Amino acid sequence: MTVLVVIEHDGTEIKPSVRNLISAAQQLGHDIHGIMIGFNLSSLVENNHLLAGIDRLIVNDHSVYEAQLAENISQVIAQYAPNYTHVLFASSTYGKDTMPRVAALLDVEPLSDVTNIIDENTFIRPIYAGNANAVVHSSAKIQVMTIRTSAFSLTKESEFAVEIENSQVIITADHSVLIEKTLSKQDRPALSHAKVIVSGGRGLQSAENFKLLESLADKLNAAIGATRAAVDAGFVPNDYQVGQTGKVVAPELYIAVGISGAIQHLAGMKDSKVIVAINKDPDAPIFAIADYGLVGDLFEILPELEKALTS
Amino acid sequence: MKIIVAIKRVVDPYVKIRIKPDESGVETDNVKKTINPFDEIAIEEAVRIKEKYDNVEIILVSIGDDKAAESLRAGLALGADRAIHIKKSDESSSLCIAKILSKICEKEAPNLILLGKQSIDNDNNQVGQMLSVLLDYPCATFASKITLSENKVQVIREIDGGLETQEITMPGIVTTDLRLNEPRYASLPNIMQAKRKPLAIIAFEALDLSFVSTQKILSVKKPEQRSEGKILDSVSALVACLKDEAKVI
Repeated sequence: MTVLVVIEHDGTEIKPSVRNLISAAQQLGHDIHGIMIGFNLSSLVENNHLLAGIDRLIVNDHSVYEAQLAENISQVIAQYAPNYTHVLFASSTYGKDTMPRVAALLDVEPLSDVTNIIDENTFIRPIYAGNANAVVHSSAKIQVMTIRTSAFSLTKESEFAVEIENSQVIITADHSVLIEKTLSKQDRPALSHAKVIVSGGRGLQSAENFKLLESLADKLNAAIGATRAAVDAGFVPNDYQVGQTGKVVAPELYIAVGISGAIQHLAGMKDSKVIVAINKDPDAPIFAIADYGLVGDLFEILPELEKALTS
Repeated sequence: MKIIVAIKRVVDPYVKIRIKPDESGVETDNVKKTINPFDEIAIEEAVRIKEKYDNVEIILVSIGDDKAAESLRAGLALGADRAIHIKKSDESSSLCIAKILSKICEKEAPNLILLGKQSIDNDNNQVGQMLSVLLDYPCATFASKITLSENKVQVIREIDGGLETQEITMPGIVTTDLRLNEPRYASLPNIMQAKRKPLAIIAFEALDLSFVSTQKILSVKKPEQRSEGKILDSVSALVACLKDEAKVI
């Protein structure tokens, strides 16, 4: 088994979820290679402590990859893929955009959002918003998949020596252009790997009120999440969304504030270790999956909770 | 301009699904079905383009058993011009669907193909991206805004860290995200009118596509249920539980 892991980065940092991805790869084989595609990657390649567990790193550093467009990046990965038994992507928007193209280029049926690896051909993935788990056997000549990184443990961070292979494959994207990227600025941990998440729903009532979650999140060094309803109502930007079609998270502690618990939202957070629900409606479905519930007015409970955490 | 919208008939998102007792799959017989919500957004976007520009033709394509025709009629009632039903009774993988759609697109030569980013049953999120490879058309995924200009489509995409604007050339493919638009309801006169719109039926076997799937679902299981939690009566009780019992703060 030789496994290829696609390493995602934003040009300045390798995404920390790569450590979960490598640990998934370790369940499949001992020979693990990574591929990193982009422009001006030298500092990323030098500062590679997150990549422990990777034996060889293929680096494709060229200006044609600066925009990180799936159109040409998928073609580069597909050129390398035939040397491997498995090709693994994280289940991020980048992975979801790129992985199916690689599979189509290789003419194989891929797997999305794998949460368990049973053996090299058998995998578990959630369907119907996580309300069922499918055990799938795949006999594809190359197993191409996205991995739900929150379902896998972290590799240990350590110094290690990786063999670097500089690649000379240059493929341009002829039909897609990146015009601009508007990334939300956040000084807190990212949703995908925060230990604590404070999440708000429609019960917060306004963008102004949503800010109430910030000081609680500061106290707990938490990321802030939201339901689709809260994003649709304009309380917070799209990248806060947790759920079936947003981000899937599994922190140590998830505090759901003013969230009723639609199945599409539960799909994104029900694997959290401890769930706390604060809601005024005692019949809200969120209480059915919460470990601890407080029934009451969130505008009274939030300041009290903050105070209790300070003392 | 010709727009193809690919749609799938799925179990209604508000229905609580049941897993078959023999764990062979999810019960889909006698369960309320609807157009996949993301595909409905794709239809709505096509109709809005048609309302804004002259000479736009919208063609719906669906792959499925006899019942898929019902979803196509529902889509025609929303404003599409004609529909193509590829009759195939068994479940198809994304790659198979993409291959069927590429056959249809080669024949129809659309300028724009719109699809939902994922179907809410299998949650795969694959077909649009695969179709782009098979047709060698560019594809912008997860669209929350689409703007057309001369032979180009500008798409605002929802990505992990925020938003990204990508421009693709036409012919091209766009997969739709939740916030692209809010689909309309069909009016009664439009539902009546839709019954007279052309709906072509093509048997899968007639497409000359041999496809053998390499995937097999061994079983479908219920996810682990969380054990019943506690309703606490005070904030201090909550903080005590989080500290002493759960040990997470």
